[in-house]
Amino acid sequence: MFAYYLDLAWRSMRRSKVLTALMVLAIALGIGASMTTLTVLHVLSGDPIPGRSGSIFYPQLDPQDMDGYQPKDPPPEQVTWIDGMNLLHAARADHQALMTGGSVPVQPAQASIDPFYADARYTTSDFFTMFGVPFSGGTGWTALDDDRKARVAVISKALSDKLYGAQGAVGKVLRIKDVSFQVIGVLGDWHPNPHFYDLNIGNYAEDEDVYLPLSTSRDLELAHNGSNDCWGRGGEDARHFETASCVWLQLWVQILDPAKVAAYKQYLIHYSLEQKALGRFQRPPNVRLMNVMQWLNFMRVVPGDVRLQAWLALGFLAVCLINVVGLMLAKFLRRSPELGVRRALGASRRDIFVQLLVESGMVGLAGGAGGLLLAMIGLWLVRRQPSDYASLAHLDMTMLLATFTLALFSTLCAGLLPAWRACLVTPALQLKSQ
Amino acid sequence: MPQIRPILTALRRHKAGVVLIAMQIALTLAIICNAFSIIQQRLAHLSEPTGIDEPNVVVVSNEMAASMTMPQMEAQVQADLVALRAIGGVQEAAIANAYPLRGNGWDDYVMLARDQVRPTTSTALYFSDDHFLGALGTRLVAGRNFRPDEIQSMSVRDELSASVAIVTEALASRLFPHQSALGKAIYLLGGTQPVTIVGVVRVLQPHSVDRWAAGFASHTMILPRRLLSDWGNYYIVRAQPGQSNEVMGKIRETLFAQNPMRIINDRDGIQRFADIRQDAYGRDRGMAVLMGIICVVLLAITAAGIVGLTSFWVSQRRRQIGVRRALGATQGDILLYFLTENLLISIGGSLLGVVLALGLNLWLVTRFEMQHLSLFYLMSGVVMLLALGQGAVWAPAVRASRVPPVEATRSV
Repeated sequence: MFAYYLDLAWRSMRRSKVLTALMVLAIALGIGASMTTLTVLHVLSGDPIPGRSGSIFYPQLDPQDMDGYQPKDPPPEQVTWIDGMNLLHAARADHQALMTGGSVPVQPAQASIDPFYADARYTTSDFFTMFGVPFSGGTGWTALDDDRKARVAVISKALSDKLYGAQGAVGKVLRIKDVSFQVIGVLGDWHPNPHFYDLNIGNYAEDEDVYLPLSTSRDLELAHNGSNDCWGRGGEDARHFETASCVWLQLWVQILDPAKVAAYKQYLIHYSLEQKALGRFQRPPNVRLMNVMQWLNFMRVVPGDVRLQAWLALGFLAVCLINVVGLMLAKFLRRSPELGVRRALGASRRDIFVQLLVESGMVGLAGGAGGLLLAMIGLWLVRRQPSDYASLAHLDMTMLLATFTLALFSTLCAGLLPAWRACLVTPALQLKSQ
Repeated sequence: MPQIRPILTALRRHKAGVVLIAMQIALTLAIICNAFSIIQQRLAHLSEPTGIDEPNVVVVSNEMAASMTMPQMEAQVQADLVALRAIGGVQEAAIANAYPLRGNGWDDYVMLARDQVRPTTSTALYFSDDHFLGALGTRLVAGRNFRPDEIQSMSVRDELSASVAIVTEALASRLFPHQSALGKAIYLLGGTQPVTIVGVVRVLQPHSVDRWAAGFASHTMILPRRLLSDWGNYYIVRAQPGQSNEVMGKIRETLFAQNPMRIINDRDGIQRFADIRQDAYGRDRGMAVLMGIICVVLLAITAAGIVGLTSFWVSQRRRQIGVRRALGATQGDILLYFLTENLLISIGGSLLGVVLALGLNLWLVTRFEMQHLSLFYLMSGVVMLLALGQGAVWAPAVRASRVPPVEATRSV
């Protein structure tokens, strides 16, 4: 029966080519626009570290003085050196890492490559374990290296290939600002998007090439990249960052047991009270402990433009669908005589209804295929835009399936009313007028 | 004027189709009005003047590869600048820590008194010397340029100690409304001493015009400090009109002749300001283009929908049309009938659309920091859709008017 309906649908579609083409085009345009924008939204609001994002938290404290104090204000988005180090060494969570961004002048050994600046991350040893960073060779450094301000480095695969080629970088020497570092690890495929652990240097496609111990970077006074917020007469003197009343570091902790999260937050409050008693903090305790996705949401990482475009595209799809409902209504009602004959020959209303829905489903699939093509063109256009997330706009399997599901589902919905109206034909009336 | 009552009676027999067309018109109107508003907002944003001699300004991003001491860096910068100014076709060259539309840079809070709790406003800071205005092609509208004795070199690690500044008119009038800012003292949160305003320029855009920088939009302050960092610095080079291409071609070799231990990126180490502008506003331009495309396609689809449904109605009513023609209706009467029918539906749809457009706009204003919809866009949207409806119905209506009276006697 289904095959027969398909055959009928095919014949009907061929009979009114223009109308069918118009419907398919409308669906394709609506689906294409929606899927392009939804794919961008999907990629940008994705989980940067699946499986871990729920157990990794971003502790925030409020170490500022009372100037401009508003009780409802959120605490600063980063931590000071003193608080970061205190919480790091207290080690109340399962893993914790303190970090900040930077850029370092790399001096290649070979004369064929000019010196260049590489984006760097200055962090502590737990960074790699906590975030589950894959290594293609070697390992990260240890807590002992942190303490000793060791001249060791972990570098990205891209930098390793550029400087050391096929022989691999592990064990080699990397010259940075006239100092020799030993490369002890080369990362594998590690491109968290959004760049959740430090949003100050751009939200997307911002991988670092060089990872150094935080203590070493301070020892060598390597250049700091990112935001540096000071208050009072904190000054912005980079040599005294450790003692300045400035926040410029990110602290991340991993708490594997969900039951212990509340206890950690309690610890942060306790710590704030203690610091207040010591006279370092002045404000009442104001702590937050968001996990990765909550933090990304709070920081509104997904650009407003992208969300706006997705909404507008969905509105666009709605117009296209209403258009298709109208065209399908015209098409089905025009076939009332034919449907009347089928009814008179014994087809039930249900049969007619199903037959017409099969036809609209076919239109939907054709529209979905067209929409997929348009979405690919759309994403190609997005990738050519100068925005920082442009390179990420690719269709994945989920969105591919979603495209066809959306196309089929929305066209079937659009077919409901016309099919219902058409199957109400009175067989006798249609036969009489023949 | 045709009788409206029979048209309404006839419409009642096609409720589904009428409602569909009206809804389509309403949604289209709601979307395109807001899309127009977005386009206008973005275009206005990206055509804001930077206040500099854009066609002739070239920006050099000069990174130093070797560690240098402060005196070494100072000497290097001086030598570089002398060499750059000696290139044929160069009007002026200056060192700077940033430039308009760079994307990021240094901004600070401004206060009118030393111990003020809430800052008065914030501003972008440019660090340069007395050659900066000349290199950008920006003219003073009041006051004077920096004097040589006010200029010093400064490391990023030093405290901000400048005591004079040149500001934009916008910042001056924000700080000192209705009075001259010249000679007045202000305080910077990151600084240690009062800063006296000695000069005012009309417009000089900050290093960012993105939404995050809205707090200091068009507020710019120039301080007489050559900010030297391990990383390197920017050179702003202004060519004689029409000679920027030749100048650009000579910059790299000129600088490398001074000192080869530097990095000038092949891709964006030496950039025309026009390209910087292009990049800085890429996202806004993209949004405007996208909205434009959506509008055009939406209008086309709505028109196609109207043509499709009206054609169907015409073919359904051939007999009735034939009867009317046989009873004396002229071709013009039939044409007018369909045009009026469409006008009635369009007006209904537009009324609903105006409500939807305002609702959508209200939502966009609260969620996406958009401006309120102006009556002009709303009205032009309505007029556009009414015209579109009339245009789309024209072909089927003409076909209807050509139905011969003899159709009345045919049974099929």
